[in-house]
Amino acid sequence: MKRIVDKHPLAIRWFHWINFPVLAVMIWSGLLIYWANDVYKLGWGDTTLIKFFPQSFYDTQNIPSHLSRGMAFHFFFMWFFFLNGLLYVLYTLFSGEWRLLLPNRHSFREAWQVVLHDIRIRKAAPPHKKYNAAQRIAYSAIVVMGFGSVVTGLAIYRPVQFGWLCTLCGGYEVARIEHFVLTIGYVLFFMVHIVQVLLAGWNNFQAMVTGFETEDVKETISPPTEDNT
Amino acid sequence: MSSQQSQNRNSTDREIRKRTVVSFSVFGVGICLAIAAWLWLFRQPESADGIQPTLRKGLELNENLFSRIYSRKRQSKPYKKQDATSEVRVNGDAGMDGELDTTWRLKVVRSPGDTFLLTIDDIKALNKTEVVFDFKCVEGWNQVTWWGGVRFSDFLQKYNLAKQAGMKYVGMETPDGAYYVGVDMPSMLQPQTILCFEMNGAELPQEQGYPLRLIIPVKYGIKHIKRISVIYFSDRKPPDYWAERGYDYFAGL
Repeated sequence: MKRIVDKHPLAIRWFHWINFPVLAVMIWSGLLIYWANDVYKLGWGDTTLIKFFPQSFYDTQNIPSHLSRGMAFHFFFMWFFFLNGLLYVLYTLFSGEWRLLLPNRHSFREAWQVVLHDIRIRKAAPPHKKYNAAQRIAYSAIVVMGFGSVVTGLAIYRPVQFGWLCTLCGGYEVARIEHFVLTIGYVLFFMVHIVQVLLAGWNNFQAMVTGFETEDVKETISPPTEDNT
Repeated sequence: MSSQQSQNRNSTDREIRKRTVVSFSVFGVGICLAIAAWLWLFRQPESADGIQPTLRKGLELNENLFSRIYSRKRQSKPYKKQDATSEVRVNGDAGMDGELDTTWRLKVVRSPGDTFLLTIDDIKALNKTEVVFDFKCVEGWNQVTWWGGVRFSDFLQKYNLAKQAGMKYVGMETPDGAYYVGVDMPSMLQPQTILCFEMNGAELPQEQGYPLRLIIPVKYGIKHIKRISVIYFSDRKPPDYWAERGYDYFAGL
């Protein structure tokens, strides 16, 4: 016999699935802007580890010059990204969901155990509620990153009117780099997220759409009480 | 198994099925709507100004909002002269074709049909203001540069253009009319906005817009028109070269 275990509130599912395409458009339009002056690279001294982006990428991808389009889309969709993120944070605060989300004093120790478990070194994962320790850290960090994108974005969007913010971010050029690095962070987050979702399986994935997971219970015992584990 | 348990099981299965079908239906409709909205937005024919009308409205909405919180008191961060680069980048040459006509005069249009002409010496006779600031290009690069000229607000005062200063926009053009900008009056009246005739303490070089260009640190480089020939005033947005090519009209920083 199966039973329903509620997992994700409706509001959080909406915020999640709205954020996905909106963030994708922000990254795409952000790249159109970046490509107008693609100077960032990773390295030291005269050594370049990675150039953003390698010449081969431009040669094969046939990157068009669409700075004006990039800006128009970026400064249109920024509102959806900002408002959706703001509503998500407010909902999380007022609904009490934050208790399941924020890392606690055990999280940073347990997160290692989760990682060791995920890469098949450790047999058992530490017990957890809705989110395990690694998820708590990752899902809280992504909110901080979103806040960082809005702040650094505003700093480079209006560096004179929000001069104090620009200074706070370390100046115009530094704020631009921070804005770019955060975007790289989203891409890395996304890749890990997708792998984890695939590994976790269908029951976990469909809960992000339906809001609940199903759980097998033994037939002979009376239905257990809800404990959301 | 008791019939009670059997009933529980059936009702739970029904509940699971019902909630799954409803959720995935809404999810599917949502995806379709999102795709439809995207195609609607992306496939809108670009209007004459090189951009989808909805996106232009978005830019205008931003312009409206950020004009409201704009303050003339906020300055582009000042730098020291020794911080200024000696290799000032030249990025655009629209409106700069050919040699400058030696009979160059600045034409100021008080109102349609009412104009007067100024020589560069007339302009140099006014109080000089120097501006060292971080020039920002819409492409993403920036440079600390050093300019000298006449505050636009001083210029208006000197030539009794108080009535014109009450209008909403200033329009400027190159002699051949190939490059032109429109700038909102509050930005033109900002104290760092100058009609510029010097760079790095020397005469403005040809490729930087000799004899007279606009330096307006509260705007992206696209508004810093070189080789100004005509200045006029309007309550409607004057035509703007890059705004006609898909860029934001406001282009404010």
